[in-house]
Amino acid sequence: MQISRILIAKPGLDGHDRGAKVVARALRDAGFEVIYSGLRQTPEQIVNAAIQEDVNAIGLSILSGAHMPLFDRVLGLLRNQGADDILLFGGGIIPEADISELKRMGVAEIFLPGSDTREIVKFLQQRLSS
Amino acid sequence: MKTKQPGQSPLRTDRKSEFKTVSGKVIQPLYSQETLGQVDYAQELGDPGQFPFTRGIYPSMYRGRLWTMRQFSGFGTPEETNQRFKYLLTHGQTGLSVAFDLPTLMGLDSDDGLSTGEVGKCGVAVDSLEDMLILFDGIRLDEVSVSMTINAPAPVLLAMYIAVAEKQGVPADQLRGTLQADILKEYIAQKEWIYPPEPSMRLVVDTIEYCSANLPLYNSISISGYHIREAGSTAVQELAFTLRDGIEYADWCLQRGMQVDEFAPRLSFFFNCHNDFFEEVAKFRAARRLWARTMKERFGARNEKSLMCRFHTQTAGCSLTAQQPYNNIIRTTIQALAAVVGGTNSLHTNSLDEALALPTEQAARIALRTQQIIAHESGVTNTPDPLGGSYFVETLTEETEQAAEEYFRIIDAMGGMVNAIERGFPQTEIQEASYQYQRAVESKEQIVVGVNEFVSSDDQGPEILQIGRQAEEAQIRRLREVRSQRDSQAVESNLDTLKRAAETTANLMPLLLDCVRSYATIGEICGTLKEVFGTYTEPEF
Repeated sequence: MQISRILIAKPGLDGHDRGAKVVARALRDAGFEVIYSGLRQTPEQIVNAAIQEDVNAIGLSILSGAHMPLFDRVLGLLRNQGADDILLFGGGIIPEADISELKRMGVAEIFLPGSDTREIVKFLQQRLSS
Repeated sequence: MKTKQPGQSPLRTDRKSEFKTVSGKVIQPLYSQETLGQVDYAQELGDPGQFPFTRGIYPSMYRGRLWTMRQFSGFGTPEETNQRFKYLLTHGQTGLSVAFDLPTLMGLDSDDGLSTGEVGKCGVAVDSLEDMLILFDGIRLDEVSVSMTINAPAPVLLAMYIAVAEKQGVPADQLRGTLQADILKEYIAQKEWIYPPEPSMRLVVDTIEYCSANLPLYNSISISGYHIREAGSTAVQELAFTLRDGIEYADWCLQRGMQVDEFAPRLSFFFNCHNDFFEEVAKFRAARRLWARTMKERFGARNEKSLMCRFHTQTAGCSLTAQQPYNNIIRTTIQALAAVVGGTNSLHTNSLDEALALPTEQAARIALRTQQIIAHESGVTNTPDPLGGSYFVETLTEETEQAAEEYFRIIDAMGGMVNAIERGFPQTEIQEASYQYQRAVESKEQIVVGVNEFVSSDDQGPEILQIGRQAEEAQIRRLREVRSQRDSQAVESNLDTLKRAAETTANLMPLLLDCVRSYATIGEICGTLKEVFGTYTEPEF
């Protein structure tokens, strides 16, 4: 079976990387190949890295409240570059109302604080095998 | 004090084979005279108000004066935050604490491309002196103490604050408050830096030196463990890295040629308070004792105020859950109680909705009321250090202090905190602890109510605060007005002078004051310093 490659990215100005690092490590432990973007990446940098690294999914971690424009921009860039087969998911401090809007826009899933990393692993295994 | 390992548990029906604190420290079945050993009261504890201040820095503690109730707040435009400040003051809050948005924290103007979507989101947007004047409109700066959490651009915001005071006719030596200028914990944990460590340290020392000479009532730095804990550290790591950061600042101030008793009385600290009640109380007591001993023995401080670890506490944001958010009120209450029993000098209690968004007015009011109930109804304020002498708490205090000292030795051997940071030492220690905690939660070794146990799917969430894009638009409009109305030649010349001074070893504070008085923006000022200092990218650890 082919090993899935995941880009965990921190867009925007937010430096809180505890969640991103815990998720990256849990995914690695579960057998994924994980690339961590580092802090304060622009949507352009993230999408370029995703294409260059040929990843299957991108996970965005945002705790600053800037999730709507940042997800929107990443989705737009993926479409423009014909890379919208890459699964986009995310996590952070994101209100319920915004989650439904993000899903409508094309974000596959949002994981809130307190999420079990095994749920994230399961979600990716299911979505990437289908 | 010696710690003797107790024998078998007297209870054969223990629920678990091992009992651990939130930080993963194993707790013995029983603490007694035997486990604690002999305690030299004068040496280890001292009465409250006496060296080594284990029992508190003031003789009567809250009998004399309650802690300052200081709720951290800020969102949207300066007008909106000014309204929230006035609301909190009307409801009995006794100090202000400003949260700035991410562009401000990163030294960017609201109309910078990188600021898109971030303006006013997790704090208030401040671009120039004009915004700062609006933020404190109707609030006399000689009547209230103000804490500013601002880190990398701290000297710029302090300059703006002093400039607001000038316009209000308040002399600088009347200003009370605290500047969270602690950049080391940014590299360690929160990661909102601008410049590399060396020039950043120079800016911190400039600020401390300027404040020592001009703002005698102002805490020139708040050395912060809060963010270290939020990033996932243990209680011991929080204590050790924070106090070791304090040592680093003291070392750099001495290298600048200052005397320890000139600056040490205005160093202040900021800790987290998590759920494990006794572990937290012990941490606060150990903090006071360890800092007092460090200042006396390592630095030869003579002034009693130099020995006192004065600290603000905030309850643990990372302990709050998005699930069943009303439970967060209870968590915050336990944490606030530990902070008070531990002798905090000021306190912020988190709001129940903070795992979802910034707090609504109502949620912020419940958080403030939590402190008022502890202060006026619980009775814990009646006597200082009510847990002093407890076998358990004294043993934990001792063990916490020793474990922190062990970290001091490791970091000293690396050549100090700046070197340790460059090697990624505190960062990787914290990452490991944070991952272990996550595993403990996922294996249910650590129960989190409503998250991995007692889960219910039908809980109604509270209403939450929505911050739209209007703040961004309003902020950009005002910024452009400011730019068009100011004397742009004066701005250019002040920025040029700043740049040339940054290339020398001069204290930059007076020049920053000139820049902000002429309405230079935060983006222009920080951008000018970037040209000289460069920027920082974290290596991969």
